[in-house]
Amino acid sequence: MNARPVIQLIDVRKSFGSQEVLRGVNLSVVEGKTTVIVGGSGQGKSLILKHILGLVKPDSGQVLVYGKDLSRISGRELQEIRMNFGVLFQNAALFDSMTVYDNVALPLRERTRLSEEEIRRIVTEKLEMMDLEGSENKYPAQISGGMRKRVGLARALVLNPKIVFFDEPTTGLDVAKSNEIYRVFFRTQSILGYTAVIVSHDVPKILKLADYVALLHQGVIQDCLTPEEFQLSDNPVIKEYVETTMGAIYTSEILEEEDEKDRY
Amino acid sequence: MLRLFEAIGGFFLYNVNQLGRLGIFLFVSLVSIFKPPYKVSPVIKQIYVIGSLSIFVILFTGAFTGMVLGLQGYNTLKKFGSEGLLGSAVALSLIRELGPVLAALMVTGRAGSAICAEIGIMRISEQIDALECMAIDPHKYIMAPKFLAAVISMPLLTAIFDVIGIFGGYAIGVGLLGANEGAFFSSMYKDVEFDDIYMGLVKSLVFGLLIVWICSAKGYFVHLERGGGFGAEGVSRVTTTAVVLSSVAILVFDYFLTSVLI
Repeated sequence: MNARPVIQLIDVRKSFGSQEVLRGVNLSVVEGKTTVIVGGSGQGKSLILKHILGLVKPDSGQVLVYGKDLSRISGRELQEIRMNFGVLFQNAALFDSMTVYDNVALPLRERTRLSEEEIRRIVTEKLEMMDLEGSENKYPAQISGGMRKRVGLARALVLNPKIVFFDEPTTGLDVAKSNEIYRVFFRTQSILGYTAVIVSHDVPKILKLADYVALLHQGVIQDCLTPEEFQLSDNPVIKEYVETTMGAIYTSEILEEEDEKDRY
Repeated sequence: MLRLFEAIGGFFLYNVNQLGRLGIFLFVSLVSIFKPPYKVSPVIKQIYVIGSLSIFVILFTGAFTGMVLGLQGYNTLKKFGSEGLLGSAVALSLIRELGPVLAALMVTGRAGSAICAEIGIMRISEQIDALECMAIDPHKYIMAPKFLAAVISMPLLTAIFDVIGIFGGYAIGVGLLGANEGAFFSSMYKDVEFDDIYMGLVKSLVFGLLIVWICSAKGYFVHLERGGGFGAEGVSRVTTTAVVLSSVAILVFDYFLTSVLI
Protein backbone atom coordinates (compact mmCIF):
# COMPACT_ATOMS: atom_id res chain seq x y z
CA MET A 1 0.00 0.00 0.00
CA ASN A 2 2.02 2.94 -1.21
CA ALA A 3 -0.86 5.39 -1.52
CA ARG A 4 -1.65 7.87 1.26
CA PRO A 5 -3.51 6.36 4.22
CA VAL A 6 -6.43 8.56 5.25
CA ILE A 7 -7.35 6.45 8.25
CA GLN A 8 -4.96 4.61 10.54
CA LEU A 9 -5.74 2.53 13.59
CA ILE A 10 -2.69 1.88 15.73
CA ASP A 11 -2.89 -0.78 18.44
CA VAL A 12 -6.52 0.07 19.27
CA ARG A 13 -7.87 -1.73 22.31
CA LYS A 14 -11.40 -1.63 23.68
CA SER A 15 -13.07 -3.55 26.49
CA PHE A 16 -16.60 -3.64 27.79
CA GLY A 17 -16.45 -4.70 31.43
CA SER A 18 -14.22 -7.75 31.57
CA GLN A 19 -14.70 -8.55 27.89
CA GLU A 20 -11.88 -7.31 25.67
CA VAL A 21 -13.37 -6.91 22.19
CA LEU A 22 -10.53 -5.19 20.32
CA ARG A 23 -7.09 -6.46 21.29
CA GLY A 24 -4.70 -4.24 19.42
CA VAL A 25 -6.24 -3.44 16.04
CA ASN A 26 -3.89 -2.07 13.37
CA LEU A 27 -5.36 -0.97 10.06
CA SER A 28 -4.66 1.55 7.30
CA VAL A 29 -7.29 2.76 4.85
CA VAL A 30 -5.91 4.06 1.58
CA GLU A 31 -7.34 7.14 -0.13
CA GLY A 32 -9.67 6.51 -3.04
CA LYS A 33 -9.78 2.75 -2.46
CA THR A 34 -12.33 0.36 -1.03
CA THR A 35 -11.31 -1.41 2.15
CA VAL A 36 -13.55 -4.19 3.36
CA ILE A 37 -13.42 -5.42 6.95
CA VAL A 38 -14.68 -8.97 7.21
CA GLY A 39 -15.01 -11.38 10.09
CA GLY A 40 -17.50 -13.46 12.01
CA SER A 41 -20.49 -11.97 13.80
CA GLY A 42 -19.76 -10.37 17.16
CA GLN A 43 -16.05 -9.94 16.45
CA GLY A 44 -16.23 -6.13 16.73
CA LYS A 45 -16.28 -5.07 13.07
CA SER A 46 -18.90 -2.36 13.63
CA LEU A 47 -17.01 -1.29 16.75
CA ILE A 48 -13.98 -0.52 14.58
CA LEU A 49 -16.23 1.66 12.43
CA LYS A 50 -17.56 3.46 15.52
CA HIS A 51 -13.98 4.17 16.59
CA ILE A 52 -13.18 5.67 13.18
CA LEU A 53 -16.38 7.75 13.28
CA GLY A 54 -15.41 9.11 16.69
CA LEU A 55 -18.53 7.66 18.33
CA VAL A 56 -16.47 5.44 20.65
CA LYS A 57 -13.10 6.22 22.20
CA PRO A 58 -10.47 3.49 22.48
CA ASP A 59 -9.17 2.40 25.89
CA SER A 60 -5.68 2.65 24.41
CA GLY A 61 -4.13 3.11 20.99
CA GLN A 62 -4.72 5.74 18.33
CA VAL A 63 -7.33 6.35 15.68
CA LEU A 64 -5.88 8.76 13.13
CA VAL A 65 -8.06 10.36 10.47
CA TYR A 66 -6.18 12.66 8.11
CA GLY A 67 -3.31 12.37 10.60
CA LYS A 68 -5.33 13.63 13.57
CA ASP A 69 -5.82 11.49 16.65
CA LEU A 70 -9.58 11.49 17.31
CA SER A 71 -9.04 11.05 21.08
CA ARG A 72 -6.93 14.20 21.32
CA ILE A 73 -8.88 16.70 19.27
CA SER A 74 -11.58 19.16 20.28
CA GLY A 75 -15.27 18.68 19.51
CA ARG A 76 -15.03 21.32 16.80
CA GLU A 77 -12.09 19.57 15.10
CA LEU A 78 -13.96 16.28 15.24
CA GLN A 79 -16.94 18.04 13.66
CA GLU A 80 -14.67 19.33 10.87
CA ILE A 81 -13.30 15.85 10.21
CA ARG A 82 -16.82 14.46 10.12
CA MET A 83 -17.66 16.96 7.38
CA ASN A 84 -15.75 14.57 5.11
CA PHE A 85 -17.79 11.54 6.17
CA GLY A 86 -20.83 9.84 4.79
CA VAL A 87 -22.24 6.87 6.70
CA LEU A 88 -24.66 4.16 5.73
CA PHE A 89 -25.75 2.52 8.98
CA GLN A 90 -26.72 -1.11 9.31
CA ASN A 91 -30.40 -0.24 9.71
CA ALA A 92 -30.01 2.94 7.60
CA ALA A 93 -30.82 5.09 10.73
CA LEU A 94 -33.28 7.25 8.80
CA PHE A 95 -35.24 9.85 10.73
CA ASP A 96 -38.57 8.08 10.93
CA SER A 97 -40.65 11.21 11.43
CA MET A 98 -39.29 12.75 8.20
CA THR A 99 -40.09 11.94 4.60
CA VAL A 100 -37.50 10.42 2.27
CA TYR A 101 -36.95 13.86 0.72
CA ASP A 102 -36.43 15.57 4.09
CA ASN A 103 -34.06 12.82 5.22
CA VAL A 104 -31.81 13.36 2.21
CA ALA A 105 -32.15 17.14 2.40
CA LEU A 106 -31.27 17.32 6.11
CA PRO A 107 -27.45 17.54 5.79
CA LEU A 108 -27.85 20.23 3.12
CA ARG A 109 -30.26 22.24 5.26
CA GLU A 110 -28.15 21.97 8.40
CA ARG A 111 -24.65 22.22 7.01
CA THR A 112 -24.93 24.50 4.00
CA ARG A 113 -26.58 27.79 3.17
CA LEU A 114 -28.08 26.60 -0.09
CA SER A 115 -31.50 27.83 -1.11
CA GLU A 116 -34.45 25.42 -1.06
CA GLU A 117 -34.38 25.41 -4.87
CA GLU A 118 -30.75 24.27 -4.96
CA ILE A 119 -31.42 21.72 -2.24
CA ARG A 120 -34.34 20.35 -4.29
CA ARG A 121 -32.11 20.02 -7.35
CA ILE A 122 -29.37 18.14 -5.46
CA VAL A 123 -31.78 15.89 -3.57
CA THR A 124 -33.67 15.02 -6.75
CA GLU A 125 -30.39 14.23 -8.50
CA LYS A 126 -29.24 11.94 -5.66
CA LEU A 127 -32.62 10.20 -5.47
CA GLU A 128 -32.51 9.60 -9.21
CA MET A 129 -29.00 8.17 -8.86
CA MET A 130 -30.45 5.67 -6.37
CA ASP A 131 -33.52 4.90 -8.53
CA LEU A 132 -35.80 6.41 -5.91
CA GLU A 133 -37.85 8.81 -8.02
CA GLY A 134 -41.45 9.00 -6.81
CA SER A 135 -40.63 8.04 -3.20
CA GLU A 136 -39.87 11.57 -2.03
CA ASN A 137 -43.00 11.98 0.06
CA LYS A 138 -43.00 8.55 1.64
CA TYR A 139 -41.91 7.92 5.22
CA PRO A 140 -39.21 5.34 6.04
CA ALA A 141 -41.84 2.99 7.48
CA GLN A 142 -43.66 2.98 4.12
CA ILE A 143 -40.73 1.75 2.00
CA SER A 144 -38.91 -1.58 1.74
CA GLY A 145 -35.62 -2.47 3.45
CA GLY A 146 -33.66 -2.17 0.20
CA MET A 147 -35.17 1.25 -0.50
CA ARG A 148 -34.36 2.37 3.03
CA LYS A 149 -30.72 1.42 2.47
CA ARG A 150 -30.69 3.37 -0.78
CA VAL A 151 -32.23 6.41 0.93
CA GLY A 152 -29.53 6.04 3.61
CA LEU A 153 -26.90 5.94 0.90
CA ALA A 154 -28.42 8.97 -0.86
CA ARG A 155 -28.26 10.84 2.46
CA ALA A 156 -24.68 9.68 3.05
CA LEU A 157 -23.62 10.91 -0.40
CA VAL A 158 -25.62 14.13 -0.60
CA LEU A 159 -22.67 16.33 0.41
CA ASN A 160 -20.21 14.43 -1.81
CA PRO A 161 -18.12 13.12 1.11
CA LYS A 162 -14.50 12.05 0.72
CA ILE A 163 -14.91 8.92 2.86
CA VAL A 164 -18.03 6.77 2.96
CA PHE A 165 -18.59 4.08 5.59
CA PHE A 166 -20.91 1.15 5.05
CA ASP A 167 -21.96 -0.89 8.07
CA GLU A 168 -23.27 -4.24 6.82
CA PRO A 169 -24.87 -2.68 3.72
CA THR A 170 -26.68 -5.82 2.63
CA THR A 171 -27.69 -7.41 5.94
CA GLY A 172 -31.33 -8.41 5.92
CA LEU A 173 -31.70 -8.06 2.16
CA ASP A 174 -32.36 -10.83 -0.34
CA VAL A 175 -29.90 -11.65 -3.14
CA ALA A 176 -31.52 -9.36 -5.71
CA LYS A 177 -31.66 -6.39 -3.34
CA SER A 178 -28.07 -7.03 -2.19
CA ASN A 179 -26.93 -6.97 -5.80
CA GLU A 180 -28.88 -3.75 -6.30
CA ILE A 181 -27.01 -2.13 -3.37
CA TYR A 182 -23.68 -3.32 -4.77
CA ARG A 183 -24.55 -1.93 -8.19
CA VAL A 184 -25.49 1.43 -6.68
CA PHE A 185 -22.28 1.41 -4.65
CA PHE A 186 -20.15 0.64 -7.69
CA ARG A 187 -21.89 3.30 -9.78
CA THR A 188 -21.68 6.04 -7.15
CA GLN A 189 -18.06 5.33 -6.30
CA SER A 190 -17.01 5.50 -9.94
CA ILE A 191 -18.86 8.83 -10.29
CA LEU A 192 -17.87 10.42 -6.98
CA GLY A 193 -14.51 8.70 -6.38
CA TYR A 194 -14.81 8.43 -2.60
CA THR A 195 -12.76 6.29 -0.24
CA ALA A 196 -14.95 3.46 1.02
CA VAL A 197 -14.77 1.44 4.22
CA ILE A 198 -17.19 -1.46 4.22
CA VAL A 199 -17.93 -3.73 7.15
CA SER A 200 -19.51 -6.90 5.89
CA HIS A 201 -19.76 -10.63 6.25
CA ASP A 202 -21.15 -11.07 2.77
CA VAL A 203 -18.16 -13.08 1.57
CA PRO A 204 -17.29 -13.91 -1.22
CA LYS A 205 -19.56 -11.40 -3.00
CA ILE A 206 -18.13 -8.36 -1.22
CA LEU A 207 -14.60 -9.27 -2.40
CA LYS A 208 -15.55 -8.23 -5.93
CA LEU A 209 -15.91 -4.63 -4.74
CA ALA A 210 -12.83 -4.59 -2.53
CA ASP A 211 -9.40 -3.18 -3.22
CA TYR A 212 -8.25 -4.40 0.17
CA VAL A 213 -9.70 -6.97 2.53
CA ALA A 214 -8.97 -7.03 6.27
CA LEU A 215 -9.97 -9.96 8.46
CA LEU A 216 -10.88 -9.25 12.07
CA HIS A 217 -10.46 -12.34 14.21
CA GLN A 218 -10.40 -12.49 18.02
CA GLY A 219 -10.03 -8.74 18.30
CA VAL A 220 -7.06 -8.45 15.94
CA ILE A 221 -6.82 -7.56 12.23
CA GLN A 222 -5.05 -10.60 10.84
CA ASP A 223 -3.91 -8.87 7.66
CA CYS A 224 -5.06 -6.32 5.10
CA LEU A 225 -4.54 -7.71 1.58
CA THR A 226 -5.86 -7.43 -1.95
CA PRO A 227 -8.71 -9.88 -2.61
CA GLU A 228 -6.41 -12.14 -4.63
CA GLU A 229 -3.73 -12.16 -1.94
CA PHE A 230 -6.42 -12.67 0.69
CA GLN A 231 -7.75 -15.79 -1.01
CA LEU A 232 -4.25 -17.24 -1.44
CA SER A 233 -2.90 -16.16 1.96
CA ASP A 234 -0.81 -18.60 4.00
CA ASN A 235 -2.00 -17.07 7.26
CA PRO A 236 -3.77 -20.04 8.88
CA VAL A 237 -6.60 -17.88 10.26
CA ILE A 238 -7.28 -16.23 6.88
CA LYS A 239 -6.93 -19.58 5.15
CA GLU A 240 -9.50 -21.13 7.46
CA TYR A 241 -11.84 -18.19 7.01
CA VAL A 242 -11.55 -18.39 3.22
CA GLU A 243 -12.18 -22.12 3.28
CA THR A 244 -15.15 -21.77 5.61
CA THR A 245 -16.80 -18.93 3.71
CA MET A 246 -15.81 -19.85 0.15
CA GLY A 247 -15.36 -23.58 0.46
CA ALA A 248 -18.59 -24.34 -1.34
CA ILE A 249 -17.41 -22.42 -4.39
CA TYR A 250 -14.11 -24.29 -4.51
CA THR A 251 -15.90 -27.58 -4.06
CA SER A 252 -18.35 -26.85 -6.85
CA GLU A 253 -15.49 -25.70 -9.10
CA ILE A 254 -13.57 -28.91 -8.42
CA LEU A 255 -16.68 -30.99 -9.09
CA GLU A 256 -17.28 -29.10 -12.34
CA GLU A 257 -13.68 -29.75 -13.41
CA GLU A 258 -14.07 -33.44 -12.59
CA ASP A 259 -17.32 -33.53 -14.57
CA GLU A 260 -15.55 -31.91 -17.53
CA LYS A 261 -12.76 -34.53 -17.35
CA ASP A 262 -15.29 -37.38 -17.15
CA ARG A 263 -17.11 -36.02 -20.20
CA TYR A 264 -14.01 -36.11 -22.40
CA MET B 1 -19.56 -8.71 52.98
CA LEU B 2 -17.15 -7.50 50.34
CA ARG B 3 -19.93 -7.79 47.76
CA LEU B 4 -22.14 -5.56 49.85
CA PHE B 5 -19.48 -2.85 49.88
CA GLU B 6 -18.95 -3.37 46.15
CA ALA B 7 -22.66 -2.94 45.53
CA ILE B 8 -22.84 0.21 47.67
CA GLY B 9 -19.74 1.63 45.96
CA GLY B 10 -21.07 0.71 42.52
CA PHE B 11 -24.40 2.38 43.25
CA PHE B 12 -22.68 5.50 44.54
CA LEU B 13 -20.29 5.73 41.59
CA TYR B 14 -23.08 5.15 39.07
CA ASN B 15 -25.16 7.97 40.52
CA VAL B 16 -22.26 10.40 40.75
CA ASN B 17 -21.38 9.51 37.17
CA GLN B 18 -24.98 10.04 36.07
CA LEU B 19 -25.21 13.38 37.87
CA GLY B 20 -22.03 14.56 36.15
CA ARG B 21 -23.37 13.40 32.80
CA LEU B 22 -26.65 15.24 33.34
CA GLY B 23 -24.79 18.40 34.37
CA ILE B 24 -22.59 18.38 31.27
CA PHE B 25 -25.63 17.62 29.13
CA LEU B 26 -27.46 20.70 30.49
CA PHE B 27 -24.43 22.92 30.03
CA VAL B 28 -23.76 21.78 26.45
CA SER B 29 -27.45 22.08 25.52
CA LEU B 30 -27.77 25.59 26.92
CA VAL B 31 -24.56 26.71 25.22
CA SER B 32 -25.77 25.25 21.91
CA ILE B 33 -28.77 27.62 21.99
CA PHE B 34 -26.39 30.52 21.38
CA LYS B 35 -24.49 28.83 18.54
CA PRO B 36 -25.48 29.46 14.92
CA PRO B 37 -27.46 28.62 12.85
CA TYR B 38 -30.45 30.28 14.48
CA LYS B 39 -33.66 28.74 13.19
CA VAL B 40 -37.10 29.78 14.32
CA SER B 41 -39.24 27.02 12.79
CA PRO B 42 -37.96 24.15 15.02
CA VAL B 43 -38.65 26.30 18.10
CA ILE B 44 -42.19 27.06 16.90
CA LYS B 45 -42.75 23.36 16.27
CA GLN B 46 -41.63 22.54 19.80
CA ILE B 47 -43.78 25.32 21.27
CA TYR B 48 -46.69 23.61 19.52
CA VAL B 49 -45.68 20.19 20.92
CA ILE B 50 -44.89 21.31 24.48
CA GLY B 51 -47.21 24.31 24.74
CA SER B 52 -50.20 24.23 22.42
CA LEU B 53 -50.88 20.52 22.80
CA SER B 54 -50.84 20.92 26.60
CA ILE B 55 -53.44 23.70 26.67
CA PHE B 56 -56.46 21.43 26.97
CA VAL B 57 -55.11 19.50 29.95
CA ILE B 58 -54.00 22.79 31.56
CA LEU B 59 -57.47 24.32 31.10
CA PHE B 60 -59.15 21.25 32.52
CA THR B 61 -56.91 20.79 35.56
CA GLY B 62 -56.70 24.55 36.17
CA ALA B 63 -60.48 24.87 36.25
CA PHE B 64 -60.96 22.00 38.69
CA THR B 65 -58.08 23.11 40.92
CA GLY B 66 -59.63 26.59 41.18
CA MET B 67 -63.05 25.07 41.81
CA VAL B 68 -61.83 22.91 44.68
CA LEU B 69 -59.93 25.87 46.11
CA GLY B 70 -63.14 27.89 45.96
CA LEU B 71 -65.05 25.13 47.72
CA GLN B 72 -62.48 24.45 50.43
CA GLY B 73 -61.51 28.10 50.84
CA TYR B 74 -65.08 29.32 51.23
CA ASN B 75 -65.97 26.71 53.85
CA THR B 76 -62.75 27.31 55.81
CA LEU B 77 -62.88 31.10 55.67
CA LYS B 78 -66.56 31.08 56.60
CA LYS B 79 -65.63 29.58 59.98
CA PHE B 80 -63.67 32.74 60.70
CA GLY B 81 -66.14 35.04 59.03
CA SER B 82 -63.62 35.93 56.37
CA GLU B 83 -65.38 34.82 53.17
CA GLY B 84 -64.47 38.19 51.72
CA LEU B 85 -60.86 37.05 51.46
CA LEU B 86 -61.76 34.13 49.21
CA GLY B 87 -60.53 35.94 46.07
CA SER B 88 -57.08 36.62 47.47
CA ALA B 89 -56.81 33.13 48.99
CA VAL B 90 -57.61 31.44 45.67
CA ALA B 91 -55.43 33.80 43.61
CA LEU B 92 -52.41 33.69 45.91
CA SER B 93 -52.52 29.90 46.26
CA LEU B 94 -52.65 29.54 42.50
CA ILE B 95 -50.17 32.23 41.47
CA ARG B 96 -47.51 31.48 44.09
CA GLU B 97 -47.77 27.73 44.40
CA LEU B 98 -50.36 25.57 42.74
CA GLY B 99 -50.30 27.14 39.28
CA PRO B 100 -46.58 26.63 38.54
CA VAL B 101 -46.37 23.24 40.29
CA LEU B 102 -49.50 21.62 38.89
CA ALA B 103 -48.98 23.04 35.39
CA ALA B 104 -45.42 21.66 35.45
CA LEU B 105 -46.60 18.25 36.64
CA MET B 106 -49.19 18.17 33.85
CA VAL B 107 -46.59 19.15 31.24
CA THR B 108 -44.23 16.48 32.60
CA GLY B 109 -46.86 13.81 32.13
CA ARG B 110 -47.93 14.99 28.70
CA ALA B 111 -44.88 16.49 26.99
CA GLY B 112 -41.96 15.31 29.16
CA SER B 113 -42.76 11.65 28.59
CA ALA B 114 -43.07 12.29 24.84
CA ILE B 115 -39.72 14.11 24.73
CA CYS B 116 -37.98 11.29 26.59
CA ALA B 117 -39.50 8.55 24.43
CA GLU B 118 -38.75 10.43 21.19
CA ILE B 119 -35.10 11.01 22.04
CA GLY B 120 -34.72 7.49 23.48
CA ILE B 121 -36.00 5.96 20.24
CA MET B 122 -33.68 8.22 18.25
CA ARG B 123 -30.79 6.94 20.36
CA ILE B 124 -31.53 3.22 20.08
CA SER B 125 -32.23 3.42 16.34
CA GLU B 126 -28.85 5.15 15.78
CA GLN B 127 -30.52 8.37 14.58
CA ILE B 128 -28.45 10.40 17.07
CA ASP B 129 -25.27 8.63 15.92
CA ALA B 130 -26.29 9.46 12.35
CA LEU B 131 -26.65 13.15 13.26
CA GLU B 132 -23.21 13.19 14.87
CA CYS B 133 -21.66 11.47 11.87
CA MET B 134 -23.26 14.08 9.60
CA ALA B 135 -21.45 16.71 11.71
CA ILE B 136 -24.82 17.96 12.98
CA ASP B 137 -24.73 18.72 16.71
CA PRO B 138 -27.61 16.78 18.32
CA HIS B 139 -27.70 19.26 21.18
CA LYS B 140 -28.23 22.12 18.77
CA TYR B 141 -30.57 20.23 16.46
CA ILE B 142 -32.75 18.35 18.98
CA MET B 143 -32.27 19.80 22.45
CA ALA B 144 -31.90 23.56 21.92
CA PRO B 145 -35.38 24.07 20.37
CA LYS B 146 -36.95 22.04 23.20
CA PHE B 147 -35.24 24.09 25.91
CA LEU B 148 -36.26 27.35 24.25
CA ALA B 149 -39.81 26.13 23.71
CA ALA B 150 -40.11 25.04 27.35
CA VAL B 151 -38.86 28.41 28.62
CA ILE B 152 -41.40 30.20 26.42
CA SER B 153 -44.32 27.81 26.94
CA MET B 154 -44.19 27.09 30.67
CA PRO B 155 -44.83 30.66 31.95
CA LEU B 156 -47.69 31.02 29.44
CA LEU B 157 -49.23 27.69 30.41
CA THR B 158 -48.88 28.62 34.07
CA ALA B 159 -50.58 31.96 33.42
CA ILE B 160 -53.45 30.18 31.68
CA PHE B 161 -53.67 27.73 34.58
CA ASP B 162 -53.81 30.62 37.08
CA VAL B 163 -56.47 32.60 35.19
CA ILE B 164 -58.70 29.60 34.60
CA GLY B 165 -58.19 28.51 38.21
CA ILE B 166 -59.23 31.93 39.52
CA PHE B 167 -62.38 31.81 37.39
CA GLY B 168 -63.02 28.27 38.64
CA GLY B 169 -62.76 29.52 42.23
CA TYR B 170 -65.02 32.44 41.34
CA ALA B 171 -67.62 30.17 39.75
CA ILE B 172 -67.85 27.97 42.84
CA GLY B 173 -67.25 30.58 45.56
CA VAL B 174 -69.40 33.37 44.13
CA GLY B 175 -71.67 31.58 41.68
CA LEU B 176 -72.51 28.49 43.70
CA LEU B 177 -71.80 29.29 47.36
CA GLY B 178 -72.84 32.93 47.30
CA ALA B 179 -69.64 34.76 48.31
CA ASN B 180 -69.63 38.47 47.58
CA GLU B 181 -68.49 39.18 44.02
CA GLY B 182 -67.04 42.61 44.78
CA ALA B 183 -65.14 41.33 47.82
CA PHE B 184 -63.78 38.41 45.78
CA PHE B 185 -62.17 40.67 43.18
CA SER B 186 -61.22 43.57 45.44
CA SER B 187 -59.39 41.31 47.94
CA MET B 188 -57.56 39.68 45.03
CA TYR B 189 -56.68 43.09 43.56
CA LYS B 190 -55.47 44.33 46.94
CA ASP B 191 -53.43 41.31 48.06
CA VAL B 192 -51.79 40.03 44.89
CA GLU B 193 -48.52 41.90 44.37
CA PHE B 194 -45.82 41.90 41.75
CA ASP B 195 -43.60 39.70 43.96
CA ASP B 196 -46.24 36.98 43.85
CA ILE B 197 -46.41 37.07 40.06
CA TYR B 198 -42.59 37.14 39.94
CA MET B 199 -42.36 34.06 42.15
CA GLY B 200 -44.77 32.16 39.92
CA LEU B 201 -42.88 33.27 36.82
CA VAL B 202 -39.48 32.19 38.16
CA LYS B 203 -40.87 28.86 39.28
CA SER B 204 -42.49 28.17 35.92
CA LEU B 205 -39.24 28.99 34.08
CA VAL B 206 -37.18 26.72 36.33
CA PHE B 207 -39.71 23.91 36.11
CA GLY B 208 -39.77 24.19 32.32
CA LEU B 209 -36.00 23.82 32.22
CA LEU B 210 -36.11 20.92 34.69
CA ILE B 211 -38.68 18.99 32.66
CA VAL B 212 -36.81 19.27 29.36
CA TRP B 213 -33.43 18.71 31.01
CA ILE B 214 -34.34 15.53 32.86
CA CYS B 215 -36.59 14.05 30.18
CA SER B 216 -34.29 14.68 27.23
CA ALA B 217 -31.14 13.65 29.11
CA LYS B 218 -32.72 10.38 30.24
CA GLY B 219 -33.72 9.62 26.65
CA TYR B 220 -30.35 10.73 25.29
CA PHE B 221 -28.42 8.44 27.64
CA VAL B 222 -30.83 5.50 27.46
CA HIS B 223 -28.00 3.25 26.21
CA LEU B 224 -25.99 3.96 29.37
CA GLU B 225 -28.79 3.05 31.77
CA ARG B 226 -28.01 0.54 34.47
CA GLY B 227 -29.21 -2.98 33.69
CA GLY B 228 -29.30 -2.35 29.92
CA GLY B 229 -31.24 0.39 28.24
CA PHE B 230 -31.81 -0.98 24.78
CA GLY B 231 -34.95 -1.74 22.84
CA ALA B 232 -38.54 -0.73 23.44
CA GLU B 233 -38.37 -1.97 27.04
CA GLY B 234 -35.35 0.20 27.77
CA VAL B 235 -37.09 3.27 26.37
CA SER B 236 -40.31 2.58 28.27
CA ARG B 237 -38.38 2.08 31.53
CA VAL B 238 -36.37 5.23 31.08
CA THR B 239 -39.51 7.24 30.19
CA THR B 240 -41.18 6.16 33.43
CA THR B 241 -38.02 7.06 35.38
CA ALA B 242 -37.83 10.45 33.66
CA VAL B 243 -41.43 11.33 34.53
CA VAL B 244 -41.02 10.25 38.16
CA LEU B 245 -37.67 12.03 38.50
CA SER B 246 -39.01 15.24 36.91
CA SER B 247 -42.06 15.24 39.17
CA VAL B 248 -39.94 14.73 42.28
CA ALA B 249 -37.44 17.38 41.11
CA ILE B 250 -40.30 19.87 40.57
CA LEU B 251 -41.54 19.42 44.13
CA VAL B 252 -38.05 19.56 45.65
CA PHE B 253 -37.07 22.65 43.65
CA ASP B 254 -40.43 24.20 44.52
CA TYR B 255 -39.50 24.10 48.19
CA PHE B 256 -36.06 25.59 47.65
CA LEU B 257 -37.29 28.27 45.25
CA THR B 258 -40.04 29.25 47.68
CA SER B 259 -37.59 29.48 50.55
CA VAL B 260 -35.34 31.74 48.47
CA LEU B 261 -38.04 33.91 46.94
CA ILE B 262 -40.42 34.24 49.87
